[in-house]
Amino acid sequence: MLELQNIGYAVEEGNTRKEILKNISLKIDDRFVAITGPNGGGKSTLAKIIAGINKPTSGKILLDGEDITDLSVTERANKGISFAFQQPVRFKGLTVRDLITLAKGEKISVAEACSYLSEVGLCAKDYINREVNASLSGGELKRIEIAMIIARGTKLSLFDEPEAGIDLWSFNNLIKVFEGMHEKINGSILIISHQERILNIADKIIVISDGQVAAQGTKQEVLPKLLASSEACETLMNKLV
Amino acid sequence: MDEIQKSLLEKIADIHEVPEGAYNIRSNGQLEGRNTTANIDIVTKKDEPGIDIIIKPGTKNESVHIPVILSESGLKDMVYNDFYIGEGADVTIVAGCGIHNCGVDTSEHDGIHTFYIGKNAKVKYIEKHYGEGDGAGERILNPTTIVHIEDGGYMEMETTQIKGVDSTVRDTKADLADGATLVIKEKIMTHGRQTAETNFTVELNGVDSSANVISRSVAKGESKQVFNSNICGNNQCYGHTECDAILMDNGHVKAVPSLEANNLDASLVHEAAIGKIAGDQLIKLMTLGLTEAQAEEQIINGFMK
Repeated sequence: MLELQNIGYAVEEGNTRKEILKNISLKIDDRFVAITGPNGGGKSTLAKIIAGINKPTSGKILLDGEDITDLSVTERANKGISFAFQQPVRFKGLTVRDLITLAKGEKISVAEACSYLSEVGLCAKDYINREVNASLSGGELKRIEIAMIIARGTKLSLFDEPEAGIDLWSFNNLIKVFEGMHEKINGSILIISHQERILNIADKIIVISDGQVAAQGTKQEVLPKLLASSEACETLMNKLV
Repeated sequence: MDEIQKSLLEKIADIHEVPEGAYNIRSNGQLEGRNTTANIDIVTKKDEPGIDIIIKPGTKNESVHIPVILSESGLKDMVYNDFYIGEGADVTIVAGCGIHNCGVDTSEHDGIHTFYIGKNAKVKYIEKHYGEGDGAGERILNPTTIVHIEDGGYMEMETTQIKGVDSTVRDTKADLADGATLVIKEKIMTHGRQTAETNFTVELNGVDSSANVISRSVAKGESKQVFNSNICGNNQCYGHTECDAILMDNGHVKAVPSLEANNLDASLVHEAAIGKIAGDQLIKLMTLGLTEAQAEEQIINGFMK
């Protein structure tokens, strides 16, 4: 279980101090938790704080009761946190197989590496020896990023907007991957997303807005409020009145 | 051959005792062993140090190994090797030089290799340079490669210098006739106070000739590298040159790609990128459980693979 206690994160911009996250406290123990909310609200920052890439300016992070606030990215990864980037990284020279092997943390057979790729809908034999460079499309990179998380199979998997940069058609297939993961994964999935179809399969939805938890609960509790308060709906409502 | 020489041979040519096919092994300035085949002849030059390697037209799937090893400190070795590749041949040539210097004097090997590649002949040329030994004496390698490719000929040149060479100046000059192709893949890693300079000049003289010069390098420690590449398009042709370098510590890299088009139908491209390892690459691998040092090692290994 992941627990955030009074997490704050501020950056200095010139002479002004900008608070990105304000006093966030959350407990994440459901299997599939979605974080949503407006752009610039602090969602990605929160994910980076959980993975250890950014250090919070205040508050504590507990993983299964252990304080991991001061642990490095590597230490947290070894404690069981995986993080799929919003923008996957390209590597000149490293192949898909290299990355899957590093993710797994041990030598694996080609068949095993292929099985992870198949799970994300990539035809393994076409990809296994490809370099993870600019020759791969954004959608392909996203799938490889997700395959690495599946290969790790840790107790907490973070996904930062897996839908970003993917066309609608590929996304429909990706949804199936997450539906499958919901059934199979050993641990919790924490996924930042704006997609209603992702929110629909979540056990719990957390809304982060302006650096704070604006709402949290089941989709039945949160979704109607979310839709009613969104700007688009407001405009529409005004027109109707 | 002693153990040091054997180990050098393994490093540069991946061979343990004697290679298959034709070979010429030069050790400390002397001929150590030679084998010729029905299609490949190796002849010692009479007027200057070096050998002529003569490959008959139509020779297919044969290889030639010509490693050079230096284990005596203070030896300065210089050779002229000429390769005559007959029309339509398809061969692999493995050259390379290993220096073990545990003395205080400078050991140096300068090889001047000239290739005459016949019509429609295909050559894969692999060259590895390696230095070792804990002496204060420097290990210097200055290879010059001159390539003439006739109509429809093809040469792929893979050169690697990963470790232990204190100073190197690599000159490569090529001229290509109609439909000829040249592909060069260079890998260099320097550390300590090493210096490496590579100079490529390619003349695309023939119709539909093409050249692709790709250099990947890593400069660690206080080392310095210079990459000069000049592709001249003198006909309807295609040329591409690319230099990609990773800087570490206080490494220094200068890349000077240049193109010269002397024909309206010449199409030439150059790319150069120098920088340290991208932070997001390190972080990505760290989220997989690697330490920063392990992540760095994986990225460099992949880059130089």
